Amino acid sequence: MLRNLVRLHSRVGHALSPPIVCPRSQALKLPLPLLSVNSKYYSIITERKKFYEDVSISHGEGGMFEINLDQRKLKTPGGKLFTAPNEALAIAVANEWDTQKDTLKFYSMHMTTLCNTALDNPTFRSKDQIITAALKYLETDTIWYIINVYRVEEPPSLVELQNNEWDPVLNWIEDGYNVVIGSSTNILGPEIPQATMNTFRQHLGSYNFWSLTGLEYVITQLKSVVLAFALIDKHITVEQAVLLSRLEEEFQIGHWGNVEWAHDVDLYELRARTAAGALFVHFSSESSTVKRKLMQD
Amino acid sequence: IQSLSSPFCLCRGILRGIRAIKGPEYKHSLAYNYVLDQFCKKQVNHRYCLAQEEALYASHSYLCLLISTRQHMALYDIYHGKGQHDTEEMAGIVGLRLPTQPGGKGWEK
Repeated sequence: MLRNLVRLHSRVGHALSPPIVCPRSQALKLPLPLLSVNSKYYSIITERKKFYEDVSISHGEGGMFEINLDQRKLKTPGGKLFTAPNEALAIAVANEWDTQKDTLKFYSMHMTTLCNTALDNPTFRSKDQIITAALKYLETDTIWYIINVYRVEEPPSLVELQNNEWDPVLNWIEDGYNVVIGSSTNILGPEIPQATMNTFRQHLGSYNFWSLTGLEYVITQLKSVVLAFALIDKHITVEQAVLLSRLEEEFQIGHWGNVEWAHDVDLYELRARTAAGALFVHFSSESSTVKRKLMQD
Repeated sequence: IQSLSSPFCLCRGILRGIRAIKGPEYKHSLAYNYVLDQFCKKQVNHRYCLAQEEALYASHSYLCLLISTRQHMALYDIYHGKGQHDTEEMAGIVGLRLPTQPGGKGWEK
């Protein structure tokens, strides 16, 4: 009756697997070059019956944390043992599994998905490839990719809104990172100088593999490198980042009205994914130690 | 949500989020104990230290995650398509029944 744990957990998706309920990324058609290889990772099963009662975490080898569902250890879709580098991340993942009732909804378990991607690396990318993919969102070849720096010329209220909201973030990143990005009304977008690309590349290179996976995820969700950096550097909150990313949509909603089954679903899902990504980067790049000092009399 | 910058409000918000998910036994959950522990520990630190700011940021992001996931799933349950019906169900909707052939269809073994 109880199936092999590996086969069961092969149903849990990766961050790179085709999402079922995300209209945003479906419209963008994320490139997945190695789709033909390792097709077992891309499963269309999105729900499964809950097969455990308790979730707990335990210490594993090398200071890593493991998740236990009843007595069995959680595994990634690739078959590896699921390990988290610190307690906070492990608790976040455990809480996600704990939250599930009756059926397991894998599309709502964002932290688990991110950890699985980092552990399995199903498209076998190196750090450099991830950095290149992330920086592609800064280049000018496709209009979608530079939404945050492309300025429309009319209606004037939208122009004003864009100037008020986006300019501070642009200024912040130009000052903080000593780069030049600018903005343009040209459909091809601004020219990004090589020095800027190098600065960003160097900065991205300083993150470890896990943080980079999370950071690329945030960039992909927000469709903007600038906003992702502002979020990770704690300059703006998740809600603000999502608002800035969806500025034109919010403008149109204010004008024409809100459609709950599209706008709200999109908004909350984007918020959830971005929050998960930001939290993932934060937990992956921090390290904390606790030193207890004995009180001396 | 942007005004919830005080640690007390954040802590309370997260615990409320956990309670909304877990129900009455939320006090026994992992997350509850960990969150309380983290917030109590941070009180001992100096007010303006970097760790305090990072912890607040992490709490804020986690609160956003909890609330957004819950709201997204609520909307999903209401609006998401339930999938395709079974052939028999489909026939039943318009008041028909599937044809049966008592001797089998010939090509079935």
